[in-house]
Amino acid sequence: MTSDIILDCILAALVLAVGCWVIVVRDSFAAAVGFVAYGLLLTLVWVRLDAIDVALMEGAIGSGLTGALLLRASSRLGAKEQSTAAEQPGVMLRTVAALLSVIVAAMLATAVLYLPDPAPTLAPEAAANASATGMANPVTNVLMAFRAMDTMLEKVVLLVALAGVWSLARDRYWGGRPGPRFRSDPKDPLALLAQTLPPLGIVVGIYMLWEGADAPGGAFQGGTIIAAMWLLAVIAGLTDTPPVSNRRVRLALIAGPLLFLIVGFGGLWLGEAFLAYPVAYAKPLLLVIEFAMTLTVAVTLGLLIVGPPEREGAP
Amino acid sequence: MAEFLQFASGFVSAMVVLGMVRIVRGPTRADRMMAAQLLGTGGIAALLLRSDITDTPSVIDVALVLALLAAFASVAFVVKGAREASGEPEASE
Amino acid sequence: MISVADIFTVIAVSAGAFFFMAGSVGLLRFPDTLTRLHALTKADNLGLGLVVLGLMPRAGGLLAALKLASVWLLVLFTGAAVSQLIARAARDGDQDDE
Repeated sequence: MTSDIILDCILAALVLAVGCWVIVVRDSFAAAVGFVAYGLLLTLVWVRLDAIDVALMEGAIGSGLTGALLLRASSRLGAKEQSTAAEQPGVMLRTVAALLSVIVAAMLATAVLYLPDPAPTLAPEAAANASATGMANPVTNVLMAFRAMDTMLEKVVLLVALAGVWSLARDRYWGGRPGPRFRSDPKDPLALLAQTLPPLGIVVGIYMLWEGADAPGGAFQGGTIIAAMWLLAVIAGLTDTPPVSNRRVRLALIAGPLLFLIVGFGGLWLGEAFLAYPVAYAKPLLLVIEFAMTLTVAVTLGLLIVGPPEREGAP
Repeated sequence: MAEFLQFASGFVSAMVVLGMVRIVRGPTRADRMMAAQLLGTGGIAALLLRSDITDTPSVIDVALVLALLAAFASVAFVVKGAREASGEPEASE
Repeated sequence: MISVADIFTVIAVSAGAFFFMAGSVGLLRFPDTLTRLHALTKADNLGLGLVVLGLMPRAGGLLAALKLASVWLLVLFTGAAVSQLIARAARDGDQDDE
């Protein structure tokens, strides 16, 4: 249908245009706004490509949370933005960079255009083996069962990233509260938003987690939504960030990967292999792991966005 | 019916493109802050139409997530973009 | 055979698309940040509401229709609050120049 093609062209052109604009524009705030717009457009692209799980993630992390991160960085630049923008690398360096980018893009294009037809894929096997876990969503099956090792290691990587962010704190603030203290004004529409949205958001987050079994969704999407709701409450000044030395916070951070590890070694001990789920208990086990992971993802992402400790933490 | 909805979805997307011109041009920061609103509402409309065209109810979930996160992004724009003494949230270092 | 529901959907979605156009044209052509904000939030939300109204007869059951309506209500609520915030930012920002 030609209307399909026209739509695709509009979307593709818009994505490219916004992408170029983000790079070219001078004001970093405008660039951050453009980046969020870019993320929202990519969500539409993913839906167009029938990758609903990825679309959910792009909408949640790619535009919302990363946008908040960039905005924070942009506002920190503040007065130094002009001088930073004025520092330009030399012509030689820029030409080399441009050449390298073109070469990499050409290689990627060749790889995509010369893919064997039909492209090699394990998708049919993944879909066919859904009965192993009892869940109908093939993406969740791959993430939680067939490639569970990758998922577990990803969570560990997130933790390491968080530790890296915390290491940016000054010595005397180590273990303290991240981010500035936001003031709250009860008559502000922001306060209203921050009071009504989080309960809805938490319900939607848990709904996403639950849906992930049979339809697009899952622990990561659910956790991201919950993290965004917490950040909303923090920005509105309704709640303060916890000191990062807080025991419960740290417990929540490791809950996901820890549970994964326990189940993994359990699988090893019960005979088969690391992370082998006994078939009879596969679905309940996976659900428990997913619950723990949602909590961990929510806390980790939230803490990643608020940044390193900046204030003394009175526990 | 499907063709009509397809056309409607494309039309709404084109209107979003039109609105983006303001985001790019808008002289003040407040003009740019409207990006999340524009894309959020327009994107949700396009997604809901698409969910009907392709008969995939899970796309409505994407629209739901988009609604929440667009609101969050707008709040982030406003709080981080405001420069005044009254709204300066960052502790100066 | 074209049913009443189909005619209703076509009319509602067309009206919705029209309001989206009105919103974008307003966003582009109005002289001032606050007027543009007004055009955007009011017209786009109304357009979305009409689109949702048009899609509801085609939804698969009461629950799905309620889901559609709740998406619209969510957008309406957040749009109302957020537009207030943006308006205040616009008003405060006018005091210092960009």
